[in-house]
Amino acid sequence: MPGVGKTRHHMLKRYDHAGFFDEMLDKGGQVRPHYRKFREHFKALTPQEFNHKRHSVDVAFLRQGITFNVYGDSAGTEKIFPFDLLPRIIPAREWELLERGLAQRITALNLFLHDIYHEQHILKEGVIPPHYVLSGKHFRREFAGFNVPKDIYIHVCGTDLIRDDSGRWLVLEDNGRCPSGVSYVLENRRAMKRSFPGMFEQIGVRPVEDYSQELLRMLNYLAPVGVADPTVVLLTPGAYNSAYFEHTYLARQMGIEIVEGRDLVVRDARVFMRTTKGLRPVHVIYRRIDDDFIDPTVFRRDSMLGVPGLVHAYRAGNVSLANSIGTGIADDKVMYYFVPRMIKYYLNQEPIIPNVETYLASEEADKKYILENLNKLVVKAANESGGYGMLMGPKASKDEIEIFRKAIEADPRNYIAQPMISLSRHPTQTDENKFEGRHIDLRPFILYGEKIVIVPGGLTRVALRKGSLVVNSSQGGGSKDTWVLYGDE
Amino acid sequence: MLSRVANNLYWMARYIERAENIARIVDVNLQLLLDLRDLNDQRLADHWMPIVQSTGDEAAFLGLHKKATGKHVTEFLVFQTENTNSLVSSICQARENARMVRDQITGDLWEELNRLYLFVRSPQARQVWKESPTDFFQQVKSSSLTLIGLTRATAIRNEGWNFSEAGKLIERADKTSRILDLRYHTLPEKGAPTSVTQAEALEWSAILRSCSAWDAYKSIHSAEVHPKLVTNFLLLNEDFPRSARFCVKELNLALRRISGVSAGRFSNEAEKLTGRLEAELQFSTVDEIFAHGLHQYLDQFQFKLNAIGNALFSAYFFQSTASVDDQILVQQEEQQQQSHHLVLGANDANRPTVN
Repeated sequence: MPGVGKTRHHMLKRYDHAGFFDEMLDKGGQVRPHYRKFREHFKALTPQEFNHKRHSVDVAFLRQGITFNVYGDSAGTEKIFPFDLLPRIIPAREWELLERGLAQRITALNLFLHDIYHEQHILKEGVIPPHYVLSGKHFRREFAGFNVPKDIYIHVCGTDLIRDDSGRWLVLEDNGRCPSGVSYVLENRRAMKRSFPGMFEQIGVRPVEDYSQELLRMLNYLAPVGVADPTVVLLTPGAYNSAYFEHTYLARQMGIEIVEGRDLVVRDARVFMRTTKGLRPVHVIYRRIDDDFIDPTVFRRDSMLGVPGLVHAYRAGNVSLANSIGTGIADDKVMYYFVPRMIKYYLNQEPIIPNVETYLASEEADKKYILENLNKLVVKAANESGGYGMLMGPKASKDEIEIFRKAIEADPRNYIAQPMISLSRHPTQTDENKFEGRHIDLRPFILYGEKIVIVPGGLTRVALRKGSLVVNSSQGGGSKDTWVLYGDE
Repeated sequence: MLSRVANNLYWMARYIERAENIARIVDVNLQLLLDLRDLNDQRLADHWMPIVQSTGDEAAFLGLHKKATGKHVTEFLVFQTENTNSLVSSICQARENARMVRDQITGDLWEELNRLYLFVRSPQARQVWKESPTDFFQQVKSSSLTLIGLTRATAIRNEGWNFSEAGKLIERADKTSRILDLRYHTLPEKGAPTSVTQAEALEWSAILRSCSAWDAYKSIHSAEVHPKLVTNFLLLNEDFPRSARFCVKELNLALRRISGVSAGRFSNEAEKLTGRLEAELQFSTVDEIFAHGLHQYLDQFQFKLNAIGNALFSAYFFQSTASVDDQILVQQEEQQQQSHHLVLGANDANRPTVN
């Protein structure tokens, strides 16, 4: 755009892409083919125009209350999830690979869950040492022998993917309990469409908007036998949960009721909601509460969030839950280690997307290696999420390392370690209005109902602090819109 | 609709209405002071204290402030969050209730309410207030009116709408009666005053303006301001949307839309009390009210509105008081009985715990 002065083009020229895998630029500093069209559009914007768009998106998010709650922070309990306007772009052929890899993984995980709650072939044949499963904090032995509706355990999965310094895709973890973030995928897209209305059609970006319909279709599919027109509800822990915005968002999009535990009551092994016209039956519950809190008569006695008797109704087959009870064992980071074996065992295939190399502290040789290399490894507690309970060896103080050393020695079953992966980077606008590389990951959302549906893209999270590898929203992370292209350019 | 949701919608509407009423009362009274002469501490206290009393929060006020000066009273009524009925508190609570039912309200309504919330909590709000209180109140009032307009123009007329209407109308009737009661200490205990001083006329017109009733009143009674006429207008007028009678009539209609029970009948306590109150307002005259004593009459009116609110709560919002422990016991009993069935007709899906 002549005559406008400095354009974005110049700012990206000073962009440093060395030493990491950069999503936009190749080693020689050339723009990768699938970013070229976006780059053309982007070049036409002046910094003023770009900043104006960024500002209006921030204001819109705040006005709409697209916020999350920070635990343990009483002053500013609500924050907007910072959003970076530069989209992360994935070409068709790469997405096709990811899609196959994710479908393979959720299929294997569901077969695994069925197996360990029934015949336990994989344990009996020694493919996975039984004690790892049986000692799992989230293994629900109460559900052994129980047939979940349609034999599906994980209906909604949010698998975290990363790329290493060679650009290779890896699975970082499987979130098979109540993964959140999909509302940001949908809202980020809406914000981008408002800001750059012309780009989508011309660049050829696949839409994400039908996620809510697909989710509802999957939930309807789970309805108990004989219920033709099921009542589906979303069960939330309440307005103080960090993902409450997402709960209301999805419920509104699907046109279903959002309920809290106290809105539900169980009578004669059937679930009802309390309405102004009396009790009304409920058939399918999309629950966003962990197993532990779902029913105080079965799991945690002190839970005020759950519904007494819900598990009983579930066992009687009168209500379906998504996700099923007992999927937490698949989220156990020790189980993660075995997923490639599950894929081999159940599907007789090689994993399409490999795992990150992982060491189990409860194996003697691995433990020795971990303890000797704590300053080089990332150590994770087996059952924590959201970036809590984690040691980043190379960045940790001596004291932190010693705390983990003691913890690992005291309870090796509860820890795994992985080499520090230098995640791929993506140009991201900084507070100083510059563009610098920031580390990113990707959480696609997989729905498993009558068939497997994966909305193109997912949530790209970005570590906004310079050099940081932690992308969690609770720890200074932000997000980007993720564009999956119809083609490769 | 979920009882909890109905309750949230009811309170959301009540708190929005409450905030708007506080904005009007404080705004009008600040302006009124500009017209009053010979102001000393005592006269100021005489002016402001009834306003605190009208909100029913006198004890809370005296706990926080020593003197009823304009500064203290406005701080208490507008910004102080220790006062759970202050303007800012009301907006926070309206927004909190809306947050609980975000799936039930339109995006536009939520955004506007959230905008208002962000505004009154921002340092900018204090700034606007310092420079011109009227501008501040104007923002709050127009936001509240935008919310009402948005609801009217976009909300589907379902149960939720009726519950939020009910909340708004009860609050409005209550606030109109409290504003009307502001100058009761200048009235004889029973009967109407014969003559009105100029200062008193100013005060009574402030009452009308606090209810946004000045223009409507003038169109009917011209510019003559007399307590009897004002009372007649704010309590008994059939057509003015903030009069007590109008609010109760609309409330009655909303309640009947919820239950489907026709006028002249009732299916719960709330409908009975509302129908009775409407009839009372229909068949009363202002002379009777003054003969009875205006203050006493208004007191009883507010009491009746409270009774309607409580009756609504028991009819629709009430959650069984059974504690979680009681519910757990019920479940264990039920499951005991069930496990007998299971033994008789055991099938695979219902196999008892393997543990």
